[in-house]
Amino acid sequence: MTPPPPFKAKAGTTVEARLPIEMQAGYHVNSNMPLDQYLIPLRLTWDKGVLEPVGVEFPKPVVEKYQAPGTPATTISVFTGKFEVVSKFKVPADAKQGPTTITGKLRYQACNNVMCLQPKNLDVALQVDVIR
Amino acid sequence: MTMKKSLTWIARVSAVALIASCAFIPDEAHLYPEKERKTAPDFSLKDGDGKVVKLSDYRGKVVLVNFWATWCGPCQEELPWFKTFQHDYKDRNFTVLGLSVDDDGWKAIKPFLAKNDLNYPVVLADDHTEMLYGNVENLPTNFVIDAQGRIASHHIGLVSKKTYREEILGLLETPTHVSQTNGRVPANGLLAFLRTTR
Repeated sequence: MTPPPPFKAKAGTTVEARLPIEMQAGYHVNSNMPLDQYLIPLRLTWDKGVLEPVGVEFPKPVVEKYQAPGTPATTISVFTGKFEVVSKFKVPADAKQGPTTITGKLRYQACNNVMCLQPKNLDVALQVDVIR
Repeated sequence: MTMKKSLTWIARVSAVALIASCAFIPDEAHLYPEKERKTAPDFSLKDGDGKVVKLSDYRGKVVLVNFWATWCGPCQEELPWFKTFQHDYKDRNFTVLGLSVDDDGWKAIKPFLAKNDLNYPVVLADDHTEMLYGNVENLPTNFVIDAQGRIASHHIGLVSKKTYREEILGLLETPTHVSQTNGRVPANGLLAFLRTTR
């Protein structure tokens, strides 16, 4: 994982950060709204910091039929390939000027058509330069 | 005013190292030769009622140890097969033993069991047991244990029902010296045991 370059956030505004995610070929993660109650949704959460997280937007999931050999097809709501998760942050008008870091976690659970990996929590961090 | 920034950050949501290290076993029945079988690590885990279940309790039986989770789609494909095996072979010294790796424990497992009505024992796995069985990062991961408590086969990921059935039958139809003794060979040896049961 390559650390993201710092970005500028103007005090008193709302900023948007896009998190591009790339799945290995053949694998998927459950979407943020899986169709089965037992499946683990994709979640991106941010810790409290200088910037206030105000929302996370996921792309439209792909509803696919997966079928392992010799088993009935199952319909699932997933993300595959390359996709982006958008996070919005409020930058308080009185935010301290200068560099800061926003930290969070991406929780995901990936599968292919014959196996699943155990759920993971991936640490994510954004380097932000607060400006006036 | 909204300031939009695109971050050139690629989070590769995969486990490349894990995938690369997986030993994919062909989907065909394959029992290890007896001389190559290693003793299955014993474990002591609790079922939903708090009862302690040990693998060694089943010595003398063929055991299908199934690492699974409620959130694992491929695992759910196997459950009806395993119910069938339990029904068909439980009277022939066989059992399935389900080891759930659900992080939420019985809170997640109990409703699932109530809905799916599994007919074999299910226990909650712990990190130590997962480690003993190779960390179990991929699900389903299954081990077929022979009546002597040795690993006769294992599969990572979904393989066919036919594969499991052939492996189970292959072990059930193999003559065993311990099936009637709960895993303990009598002090005087097999011959003495046979004499006493005539």
